[in-house]
Amino acid sequence: MNWSWAYFFEYLVNDLMIRGAWTTIWLSVVSMVLGLGLGVVAAMFKMYGNAVLRVIAEFYIWLFRGTPVLIQLVIIYTGLPQIGIRLTVIESAIIGLALNEGAYLAEIIRAGIMSVDRGQNDAARAVGMSWRERMWLIILPQATRTIIPPLGNQFNGMLKTTSLASVISMEELMRNAQMLAQIEFRVLEVYLVAATWYLILVTIWGLIQQRIEAHYEKPFGPAAAVSPDAKKQIEKAMGAGHV
Amino acid sequence: MNADTADTSVASEPAKTLGEPIIVIEDVRKSFAGLEVLKGVSLTVRQSEVVVLAGRSGSGKSTLLRCIDQLEPIDSGTIRVGGELMGFREKDGKRTPLPDHLVARQMRQLGMVFQNFNLFPHLTVIDNITVSPIKVLKRKREEARAEARALLARVGLPEKENAYPRQLSGGQQQRVAIARALAMKPKVMLFDEPTSALDPEMIAEVLDVMVDLSRQGMTMIVVTHEMGFARAAADRVLLMHEGVLVEEATPEEFFTNPQSAEARVFLSKILRH
Repeated sequence: MNWSWAYFFEYLVNDLMIRGAWTTIWLSVVSMVLGLGLGVVAAMFKMYGNAVLRVIAEFYIWLFRGTPVLIQLVIIYTGLPQIGIRLTVIESAIIGLALNEGAYLAEIIRAGIMSVDRGQNDAARAVGMSWRERMWLIILPQATRTIIPPLGNQFNGMLKTTSLASVISMEELMRNAQMLAQIEFRVLEVYLVAATWYLILVTIWGLIQQRIEAHYEKPFGPAAAVSPDAKKQIEKAMGAGHV
Repeated sequence: MNADTADTSVASEPAKTLGEPIIVIEDVRKSFAGLEVLKGVSLTVRQSEVVVLAGRSGSGKSTLLRCIDQLEPIDSGTIRVGGELMGFREKDGKRTPLPDHLVARQMRQLGMVFQNFNLFPHLTVIDNITVSPIKVLKRKREEARAEARALLARVGLPEKENAYPRQLSGGQQQRVAIARALAMKPKVMLFDEPTSALDPEMIAEVLDVMVDLSRQGMTMIVVTHEMGFARAAADRVLLMHEGVLVEEATPEEFFTNPQSAEARVFLSKILRH
């Protein structure tokens, strides 16, 4: 059985693969959003919580960063029913991926918050903001700028980590590729198609991430360093140069 | 302290009437990691009074200002603003620290201007000024923006509302910071070395705004090395040395006839150049 471009292109737009890619996308997004929520809470507990909350956050981060996602997924889906907790495949995949992601994001968010100048907290207190107002209006928006690049990296990783959910029969790209490979045993074509799909998703995400970064960089970036007055003068000078 | 002394200090100033005591500080002590920075400071500031707090770096003057504004908790003593005990709840002679959101409410009575401006870099100039009036005081957005524009005109920056802080010079940033503090309609303005981080040519534009503010009757405590400002606008000059207030005088007396040895040393250093 030789390599066949025909199979490759056929599989690339195969319904099973496209549905798998779509599942990979939404599973990644949902898990990431939930993980982000968990990460923010864990970071807050760790930074500002009392002793009990801090220990809870530390334990959570330690546990989920210290064990493989694969094992976490298997425990959640096939292990927990033993003690009466029955979750569907989709629930297990989302919960497992989100819990794992949250543990990593907690540390990234914590670093982002610590990167904000202490004077910002003083200034926000000085204009009468409570802790919650300072966090939401002043500290987190500025921390976001630092958080976005590693966060994008994490999401890139998430798109690929979802493939592990195939072991609990989540029908995402990897699982669907496995099924497709069973039909005509075009193993190389099928898995290269799957790999191609991951590349496409990751590339699209890269472009989106650039946009998001540019948005958060706007107040700080080099474009902002040129005052509108100076810009006008530069334009005028350049205009004069053109014939 | 009365109107007469303020009047004699600057001949060109119109007579100024000082009102009731608005800030009353009694025996405030504060230590950082075992080092006592404030060693029992007492001070009363009256409505419309402008007090300049001078002293060498490390003398505790910035710490005192930050304690008044509740940015630093005090170890002992009392700070009252408009009669209200700051930072604590008093019950049966026992006092317990106030929770964060109630301290935040108290802090709205005081406006603070920092040495490093501390503008919010992710917000435009007008959002810097209106974020707290809108989100904290729940003012109507358009109302708050209109007032912010008036404040920007007052500090001489009417055309900068959509700029980001990074696009402004230091002097401009500090004037926006003053506008931001004023937008909360504080009873007292506190200035923590407002011109120390500025290039020399930008100092005057900030001091002008401050002198203007003092003429309009704003109560002000100003930590500064700008003795020109003290001469022009202060009703009283206080000298802080190693955590205590060692000299308290009108600007006139302070510069011509200092009573304490510390004041004489301080002046000899300040006025040498």
